Amino acid sequence: MSDTIKSYTKKDFTSDQAVRWCPGCGDYAILAQTQKIFPDLGVDKENFVFISGIGCSSRFPYYMDTFGFHTIHGRAPAIASGVKLANPDLSVWVVTGDGDGLSIGGNHTIHLLRRNLDINVMLFNNRIYGLTKGQYSPTSEVGKITKSTPMGSLDRPFNPLTLALGSGATFVSRTIDKETKHMQSMIMRSHGHKGTSFMEIYQNCNIFNDGAFSNQTDREQKADTVLILENGEPMLFGSDKNKGIRLDGNTPKVVELGDKWGMDDVLVHDESDYVIASLLSNMTYQPEFPDPIGVLYAVESDTYEDTMVAQLNQAVKKKSNGTVQDLLNTGDTWVVD
Amino acid sequence: MSKTTQQVDEVVIRFAGDSGDGMQLTGGRFTETTAIVGNDLSTLPDFPAEIRAPAGSLAGVSAFQIKFSSKDIHTPGDKPDVLVAMNPAALKVHQKEVTPGGTIICNANAFSPKNLKLAGYETNPLEDKTLDDYYTLYTVEMSKMVALANEDLGLTPKIIDRTKNFFALGLLFWIYDRPMQSTKDWLGVKFAKKPEIVEANIRAMDAGYNYGETTEIFTTRYTVEKANLPAGTYRNVVGNHALSMGLAAAAEKSKLGLFYGGYPITPASDILHTLSAWKHLGIKTFQAEDEIAGITAVLGAAFTGNLGVTATSGPGIALKGEAMGLAVMAELPLVVVNVQRGGPSTGLPTKTEQSDLLQAMYGRNGEAPLPVLASATPGDCFFAAYEACRIAVKYMTPVILLTDGYLANGSEPWQIPKIDDLPDFNVSFADESILADGQFLSYSRDKETLARPWAIPGTAGLEHRIGGIEKEDLTGNVSYDPDNHHYMVETRAKKVEAIANEFGPSKIFGKASGDLLILSWGGTKGACRSASEALQDSGKNVSHLHIRWINPLPKDLGEILIKFKNVLIPEINYGQLIKIIRGEFLVDAKGLNQVRGKPISSLDIQEAANTLIG
Repeated sequence: MSDTIKSYTKKDFTSDQAVRWCPGCGDYAILAQTQKIFPDLGVDKENFVFISGIGCSSRFPYYMDTFGFHTIHGRAPAIASGVKLANPDLSVWVVTGDGDGLSIGGNHTIHLLRRNLDINVMLFNNRIYGLTKGQYSPTSEVGKITKSTPMGSLDRPFNPLTLALGSGATFVSRTIDKETKHMQSMIMRSHGHKGTSFMEIYQNCNIFNDGAFSNQTDREQKADTVLILENGEPMLFGSDKNKGIRLDGNTPKVVELGDKWGMDDVLVHDESDYVIASLLSNMTYQPEFPDPIGVLYAVESDTYEDTMVAQLNQAVKKKSNGTVQDLLNTGDTWVVD
Repeated sequence: MSKTTQQVDEVVIRFAGDSGDGMQLTGGRFTETTAIVGNDLSTLPDFPAEIRAPAGSLAGVSAFQIKFSSKDIHTPGDKPDVLVAMNPAALKVHQKEVTPGGTIICNANAFSPKNLKLAGYETNPLEDKTLDDYYTLYTVEMSKMVALANEDLGLTPKIIDRTKNFFALGLLFWIYDRPMQSTKDWLGVKFAKKPEIVEANIRAMDAGYNYGETTEIFTTRYTVEKANLPAGTYRNVVGNHALSMGLAAAAEKSKLGLFYGGYPITPASDILHTLSAWKHLGIKTFQAEDEIAGITAVLGAAFTGNLGVTATSGPGIALKGEAMGLAVMAELPLVVVNVQRGGPSTGLPTKTEQSDLLQAMYGRNGEAPLPVLASATPGDCFFAAYEACRIAVKYMTPVILLTDGYLANGSEPWQIPKIDDLPDFNVSFADESILADGQFLSYSRDKETLARPWAIPGTAGLEHRIGGIEKEDLTGNVSYDPDNHHYMVETRAKKVEAIANEFGPSKIFGKASGDLLILSWGGTKGACRSASEALQDSGKNVSHLHIRWINPLPKDLGEILIKFKNVLIPEINYGQLIKIIRGEFLVDAKGLNQVRGKPISSLDIQEAANTLIG
């Protein structure tokens, strides 16, 4: 790897392949923001690797002019783990969806988070199966009417952020396809985090689940339905920042700032506080709360690859650099003349 | 009383006892000592799947068989000449397989009413004379004697009783005239922190040895002369260990990093354990969350330029099928080891079988051919693993290496190879010099091997995308073009076929034509060779051909087959290679198929051969 980082533009990260998502798909915005912000990450582009599974989102690597591997359904986190362990110097990105990452690949997602490899996960959550043309997903709300659930879905949905926190994730964030600047900053934060970063992206599927996040993206109401998190800042929202989150014992409550409640009563965000992250993550699917976006949780912890390399170095130091011939000659041997 | 010494050519001993009696360990020590003495040998461990079945039960019987000889031998033996039975259940399970006129040595103290009942005996077989007409029976109070030998050590009776396997071992060392020092040294290392345990086991072993020497019960000792093996330095080696060393050798020789990903499963787990202990060689092992993550992590590492290996057994190979298909499509090097065990489903986890051959050949969606080779002996696992790695990288393809439970846990003396003498294994990653007009063609090919370039992340100018969707020839772009798909299916098949160019002419054991060809693959090689030797010795016009590669098959196989009036294919399955051979060559081959979780015996092969050719 060279010492000086080359300078890039968006074009350098745009491959020659025609993008083939449905017109109007939220994936376009995510791709555009990724291509825009990647020149600022300070990494030579040959050191970026995008790994995906199967689904609409998983076509993503084809459109990034980096190394990429479009693999099999649900297995991207495991393949990415192999990439990272084979060469820890690479910047490895997993692009997945709510079906790929939480249903068929749920096992790999939780184990990646638990191990804390320095891999960045972008989970496009559209709460529907798009590629297979519109069945409910593990994040679809109960009662969802789809082709496979004509009378409404029975499954209770996963909350991706809660799942990530429960899996031991060291970095948990959320953004929205239409919040372009915010998304760029979240990509930047993911990249800067040493350890597995988990980023949920609310993504509109305008064909099979149009408007799933209209409450959070509609210009008229998003100030009241979205809570933008800033570390060390009070949790305020509303068009005049006149609403806040207050803790009543252990229970979060939405309060109007005014005579009864002042700024001192509003909970201040602390990215290193697991309990706060947990409270925030659970606001999803609860209509009385705004949906938090931003970094819910970020803590430092040893990465799997660093501890693996440390063990290898320790073993080399202890036994010195052995050869395979030494290994073959080990144990009770005898000579036949 | 005088003791006589008798010289014999070969002996088969089976140690059998409860799972907690240490039979594998006893067999292992006898094996190591026998190897040092210079006999040729072959071993067959046979243990239950249960971690610890109820003590004294039939399900809990664990056994270890060793055949050793002054001659070159190929199998762990058909019927034991000597059975050491540490309890009634062990006697019940194994007595019927002892050679008529053979020897049975029992721990008399274990034949309690409770144990007899557990084994289903109504009367004590050591006393009711039922065995005496058929066998030479020795009843030895092993438990009592180790208790006496160790009574002053301050150990609990339970711990002292656990040394009775070393009494049996000492007795067998005396009968077969083997030295005990290496086992004493081994005990000293194994229990370095528990000197009293070392002492107790040594006393038990000495007591057993002296019991043979001084009592009047055993009148004859046997000697087995050194085998006439090729000159060189030898060690004893178990299949899974040899395989692990082969992988390490491939990594060292190719200068590739070795990345092993896998999920624990019997009987493949020892490969994971072994490689995990070799971190000083820079080997990376990854115990994944499941079988699928095991192989997919390896595929990611292969994409990134490592020598990627996974190993599994039985149900595990089924779970890895989709990822193997991806590896075929992505044309990445990958070695998938399948230590076959009894199936289907969970089947017989600790028993051997050859029943995954057709799955290895065809068990993926779509036209997904990949090379398949099989180890023939425990020691051969080393060379087969090395070869699998070399071919995978040279041809940029996943390779399946088949072994089985018998090879994985069995052992044999092994002439230690020199790493320098192994075939060359040179690897070069693609770099910017490969660019054509600034474009990287990720699916361009080597003319001879049809391998595509290995362009790993981190290489400037070679950024490219691959995946499971059909690739366009040369560019590697996604392509749904009908003619391109047909061409790529054909090309992937031709690439596997091209591997046959690596093989020299097939080596037939015996004449190049005749009444019968015995055709074998994998772990049945030894039994087929022994049977062929016996048949040839009796004047039969029989030859043996063992094939290492099942895909591709040797180019000269068809010409060889038609020169024989009959073809017999013994397999530990319900007929798998035979389907391939009949389908490929329209030869009316006959099968000998036994699916008993045990190796096929050479006697059964001889019988089948005689039935065919009269």
